[in-house]
Amino acid sequence: MSILGEILIAALLVSGGVFGLVGAWGLVRLPDMMTRLHGPTKAATLGVGSVLIASMLHFWLHHGVLSWHELLITIFVLITSPITGLFIAKAHMHLSWQQGELPRPPSGVEWCTYGRGAENSPIVTVDGPEKPCE
Amino acid sequence: MSILNLALLFAFGCFSLAQLLCLYRVMRATGFSDRVLALDTMAINMIALLTLFGIQRGAQVYFEASMLFAMVGFISTVAFAKFILRGDIIE
Repeated sequence: MSILGEILIAALLVSGGVFGLVGAWGLVRLPDMMTRLHGPTKAATLGVGSVLIASMLHFWLHHGVLSWHELLITIFVLITSPITGLFIAKAHMHLSWQQGELPRPPSGVEWCTYGRGAENSPIVTVDGPEKPCE
Repeated sequence: MSILNLALLFAFGCFSLAQLLCLYRVMRATGFSDRVLALDTMAINMIALLTLFGIQRGAQVYFEASMLFAMVGFISTVAFAKFILRGDIIE
């Protein structure tokens, strides 16, 4: 166990903690729902990624085992975080704006969130007026 | 106290504070999607806390728990969004 590896792991841990804290602080401080999406989906994922890579390096350098679990979790979080952000943004769009308030898509079709099947939604009315959530 | 233990303590403090801030946002949310975003962030921070605990204990059993947290957090968020968008989770 070299001192260089220990410093590298410590730097990864510190940067991960700072990124996680900045993400949560952005979640609290940013003024609007759509801007609030930026904090968690970028910073917390970067923070978790560096913490997991620090854990992988630690188990490699200290215990001599190269475990792939952390890399698997990192890849999973990195893949699923944009999908989560997109879904939450679509749900927020659905709860906040009506169909007529958004600009029309260019090719004459509807936005797919308001398209076929959305009439089953318990909160959203496809055509009629509904009070915005915020 | 080595530099690694200091960094571990710092990261524990940061992620615990992040959990508390997310909890504040869960309690004082402005809408449904805001609350779900804060809950999803709490699940992601929990992954980091479990991994830090695994580093501190030197045990690898906690990675299964954090993998489960990652999967369940993702699936619950997607289920919420599907319910809002479509009125049904499994069509």
